[in-house]
Amino acid sequence: MTERLDNLAARLQERFKPGEGALQRAFGEVTLEVAAPDLGATAEALRDGEGLKFELLADLCGVDYLEYGVAEWTTEESTSEGFSRGVEKATFGRFTFDDAPDASRHQGPRFAVIYHLLSVSLNQRLRLRVYCPDDAFPVVPSVTEIWASANWYEREAFDLYGIVFDGHPDLRRILTDYGFVGHPFRKDFPLIGHVEMRYDPEQARVVYQPVTIEPRVLVPKVIREDHRYIRESAGEKSADA
Amino acid sequence: MPEIRNYTLNFGPQHPSAHGVLRLVLELDGEVVQRADPHIGLLHRGTEKLAESKPYNQSIGYMDRLDYVSMMCNEHGYVLAMEKLLNIEAPLRAQYIRVMFDEITRILNHLLWLGAHALDIGAMTVFLYAFREREDLMDCYEAVSGARLHATYYRPGGVARDLPGTMPQYQPSRWKSQKEVDALNAIRQGSLLDFIEAFTDRFPGCVDEYETLLTNNRIWKQRTVGIGVVSPERAMQMGFTGPMLRGSGVEWDLRRKQPYEVYDRLDFQIPIGVNGDCYDRYLVRIEEMRQSNRIIRQCVEWLRDNPGPVFIEDHKITPPRREEMKADMESLIHHFKLFTEGFCLPEGEAYAAVEHPKGEFGVYLVSDGANKPYRLKVRAPGFAHLAGLNEMAVGHMLADVVAIIGTQDIVFGEIDR
Repeated sequence: MTERLDNLAARLQERFKPGEGALQRAFGEVTLEVAAPDLGATAEALRDGEGLKFELLADLCGVDYLEYGVAEWTTEESTSEGFSRGVEKATFGRFTFDDAPDASRHQGPRFAVIYHLLSVSLNQRLRLRVYCPDDAFPVVPSVTEIWASANWYEREAFDLYGIVFDGHPDLRRILTDYGFVGHPFRKDFPLIGHVEMRYDPEQARVVYQPVTIEPRVLVPKVIREDHRYIRESAGEKSADA
Repeated sequence: MPEIRNYTLNFGPQHPSAHGVLRLVLELDGEVVQRADPHIGLLHRGTEKLAESKPYNQSIGYMDRLDYVSMMCNEHGYVLAMEKLLNIEAPLRAQYIRVMFDEITRILNHLLWLGAHALDIGAMTVFLYAFREREDLMDCYEAVSGARLHATYYRPGGVARDLPGTMPQYQPSRWKSQKEVDALNAIRQGSLLDFIEAFTDRFPGCVDEYETLLTNNRIWKQRTVGIGVVSPERAMQMGFTGPMLRGSGVEWDLRRKQPYEVYDRLDFQIPIGVNGDCYDRYLVRIEEMRQSNRIIRQCVEWLRDNPGPVFIEDHKITPPRREEMKADMESLIHHFKLFTEGFCLPEGEAYAAVEHPKGEFGVYLVSDGANKPYRLKVRAPGFAHLAGLNEMAVGHMLADVVAIIGTQDIVFGEIDR
């Protein structure tokens, strides 16, 4: 298995000449990072290239890195009063639209699109990551011309994250309700949402109204530096690189 | 001469052949489908977002509710992704138990598919036969986890508990007399493994029964042969996996090609189709049931001979035993931390895929080192299959759309997530 990954990584290195850190290996998987303008050419080469032959796009999804590494409970140092009580409203399960934290504190590109490719003929997998250049209006080129299965996956990523796929033939919402406002999987979209639906007997129809429930996620998000894993993953990285 | 216009038909979401809540907007020319536009999302529950707000362990139960006819296979994908990031492996016995239940789940799923598919295109009896066997398999679920459907049985690092030595017994009631109950309980006197072994003995005969009803049935063949033909190239283009891909003649099965757990130690074959039509996919799934039966048989034999632990002893991940908790402070702390905060996964991302009864079920997990997943993406096989519905249905009659929905084995829990 390792030999196979070595070969794949070598071929990718030779073919695409990725910059520093754009070709990663971890947990037995290879990840290639591509700049958004190069996506079309790279995807076509990955599908047809010798020794690559990724003819099946298994999955495509968006990721919002807004809250990456943000924790709600300090675990490293305590004050004279002890550890914090986990009351920070830092993640989407614990705030409403009114008290959402400011999104501008985030550093680096916020949205990425992840492609999971599979080669049936050569039995290999590859993960492709494309960061969207603009946080306010995330756009990446569509790959529907290259893999037909991308059609619905791109609609899903558009629906849930608001990522626009340039060149998509029919970019409609797919999973959320007709007339839904917002992109629910973004990390600044609270878990409780903003509207709820009920049957109104007076109007004899279903009506929307602002949510009446309170955020009720009780377990804070905690990041613990577990030294067992730090040592192991660091060791693996140096052996793999 | 009057102008002839296409007819737009709204199919579902309240239609028995829509397999749940599929709304299909069909554009028809007479009775011939010109365009099929599936509207999905009527069962969207935001499973992935919910999972991102909870500690890892609490989402295992949500996985059951994705594809609610192949529950344990969904859990398997999720648990494997966590194990990949944690860099742990379940004990061998747990791996065999998982494989055995994956295959039981495969039979459960294919039985429901067979019954519903046949019912959709006019064969009533198969449904009743298929549910007869499903009942026994759900008893296995009940025996091992206490729940007949949503088991929540797999855990990172193993399974929740070892196989039980007794089977639950039927009690007499208004609907079942003592005599009927005795007959039902007669095969439930031994352990769970005895019960499963008895099932594997009689199940090939049951599959023969279904085949007698369908395989050479003239009406069944008229409804399925040459319907929804997919070429191998198009199947890969559209992201088809599982029986949908194998039906088109592509030999691709993760259990064989990228073996996980103990599949590389087991003897089984991968059936593939030739023509890529509904009938070939039917034959593939029928043969898969026979092969699953063989795998279960091998697992039962191994499990009988090899007792051992079923979860790892690292109590940072798996809960300590009840007795230990009552005497040992360390165990009590572990228990408290696990069930209030959960465990943290190291930073990184992993994609784990299993050969689910419907195709490749993948879980993409991004962790930022916290006790909750940063991003969880479920790659549902049915999502890609339903996306190919338009291409499969165009040019066919309206009634064939029902056959195509049936052959895709669609379950909305996983498509809408």
